[in-house]
Amino acid sequence: MEKVTRIVGRAVPLDRADVDTDQIIPSSYLKRLERTGYEDGLFAAWRRDPAFVLNDPRHRGATVLVAGPNFGCGSSREHAAWALRDFGFRAVIAPSFADIFRSNCLRTGLVPVRLDHAAVQRLMRAVAADPATKVTVDVAAGRVRAPSAGIDAALDLDDAARTRLALGLDDIAVTLRAEAEIAAYEGRRAGWLPRTPVPAGRGAR
Amino acid sequence: MSATLTSAATLGDKVWERHVVRRGDPDLLYVDLHLVHEVTSPQAFDGLRMAGRRVRRPDLTLATMDHNVPTDDRRPDDLAQKQIEALVRNCDEFGVRLYALGSSDQGIVHVISPQLGLTQPGMVIVCGDSHTSTHGAFGALAFGIGTSEVEHVLATQTIPQARPTGMAITVDGELPSEVSAKDVILGTIARIGTGGGQGAIVEYRGSTIRRLSMEGRMTVCNMSIEAGARAGMIAPDDITFAYVEGRPLAPKGADWERALDEWRSLATDEGATFDREVRVDARELRPYVTWGTNPGQAETIDGAVPDPEALAEPAKREAARRALAYQALRPGTPIRDIAVDAVFIGSCTNGRIEDLRAAAEVVAGRRVRSGLRALVVPGSARVKEQAEREGLDRVFRDAGFEWRSAGCSMCLGMNPDVLRPGERCASTSNRNFEGRQGPGGRTHLVSPVVAAATAVKGAFALPSDLN
Repeated sequence: MEKVTRIVGRAVPLDRADVDTDQIIPSSYLKRLERTGYEDGLFAAWRRDPAFVLNDPRHRGATVLVAGPNFGCGSSREHAAWALRDFGFRAVIAPSFADIFRSNCLRTGLVPVRLDHAAVQRLMRAVAADPATKVTVDVAAGRVRAPSAGIDAALDLDDAARTRLALGLDDIAVTLRAEAEIAAYEGRRAGWLPRTPVPAGRGAR
Repeated sequence: MSATLTSAATLGDKVWERHVVRRGDPDLLYVDLHLVHEVTSPQAFDGLRMAGRRVRRPDLTLATMDHNVPTDDRRPDDLAQKQIEALVRNCDEFGVRLYALGSSDQGIVHVISPQLGLTQPGMVIVCGDSHTSTHGAFGALAFGIGTSEVEHVLATQTIPQARPTGMAITVDGELPSEVSAKDVILGTIARIGTGGGQGAIVEYRGSTIRRLSMEGRMTVCNMSIEAGARAGMIAPDDITFAYVEGRPLAPKGADWERALDEWRSLATDEGATFDREVRVDARELRPYVTWGTNPGQAETIDGAVPDPEALAEPAKREAARRALAYQALRPGTPIRDIAVDAVFIGSCTNGRIEDLRAAAEVVAGRRVRSGLRALVVPGSARVKEQAEREGLDRVFRDAGFEWRSAGCSMCLGMNPDVLRPGERCASTSNRNFEGRQGPGGRTHLVSPVVAAATAVKGAFALPSDLN
């Protein structure tokens, strides 16, 4: 994953609650074999409406999406985070995120920023009034700022997540440092636990 | 959940604690079973290949194809076909068992694992699919993950997880007639909202839950994600053990006794506490029909489409306005007056044998309303086989239903089974999001018996309305 240390950019206000991942990227766009190239699928149905906020030329080039509560609910498709990233977003600010979507964001290098409801509403109003409103998500320093909306808050990310983003760590490599503990756990597992019928001559340990 | 286990612990606590490989923030958990399907895995296998990694435990991994596959003799589109072929190649290269199209064990990933006896109490189960929560019905801790996490589990057989909170949903009392497990969960989500379970492992408890069959419990746990929960669980009991016993991959002989001892120790201890508790009186539940575009926007079948202007909360009002515009519904319309174009019976929520039996009983000797498209899609090839042994296929076909092969089908609109724009569907699936069953399609979530009665009537109905 690429390092994410500091994001400074403009924002798009998407004032809707419970935006589900079927809206973020409809299932017909999930048939690719690659991790990139999902920008066309982003909000594909909603973007057909010329009045949809992502079609507003004043917000073109924005890198921060501001949305209502429970953003990213529904399907576990990581393609939702990929589509936002491929479209050009680097952070999403909302009062709350669906759990799986949030962890997908962290692994995609898209920063999920939780702010209280009132602050998000203030930010939406500020951005709607002035699309040039600047938002800073400082991962390294652990702060989110939008002075014109009166926002200067701690970034709601645990240290592990923040470090992973800031250093662009490979999660698997980090976990494999615990190889001895994983092997020890495997040694303790009960013998009756089920195993899948692996193809003959394959995968035997 | 409490961080220590000094005294009383919940079911969720116990399963969690027994899987901690390395304690930390977050904890690293061991995964007992990793289920894989064609849509969320190709990038994960590619990642392994690029890094020169292998699948650590192919013997704890199982793959099938369900999302993309046609359920009749049509061919998959080219892109779907490529994903299907990629899964075959990946499973072959990495030594993972695949139940491909045509295999007698193929089917929806959350239907085949329980039926193989692979889903057992106390396990940690993950899959790149949010409805993995289904397996919680056995007292397993089961949750959906994204593709990067799929890759992580393939490579390490572990997953780092922040500790969820604990939430108890207690449903007590006898269910009124024609009210099913689907209505228990739809009624619960209508009460707590689509974000009501966020960050939590939900444990379903109470006399109503205890009396549900395993199929019913799977329906309830399946839709935990629709309340935003990390997972849903039900303590294993004799109903669970009877379901697992004798299945192909269930423990046998002395192992069975050892497993039972372990499983009997899982139930939440007396005095254990939850961060949040919700009570639902089963006697107040009725058959539900969703009217909106999220699973929390539901009304009882006796009710009417609500008036958004009557909602106090501005965000809810705006969401309801949008939903009614999308669904082309007018406030005040009685639910029973809403006519449908299509009926879909199937999915990981309601595609098991008990669901098909219940629906077949309603349609037996009756006809699907003329002009209405009605599909029955068994959740697995084995469910299909069983249903055919019982003659259910004949009942459905005679009534005018299409009888299909196993797959996700019309639940998610990424295979040939889709709604046309503007079509309205009574569906036993789990999501009524905009376009979920096909662009412009309008979904109403219902139980199998309501779906069946609606197919006959042409508008939302209960079986008793047909008499």
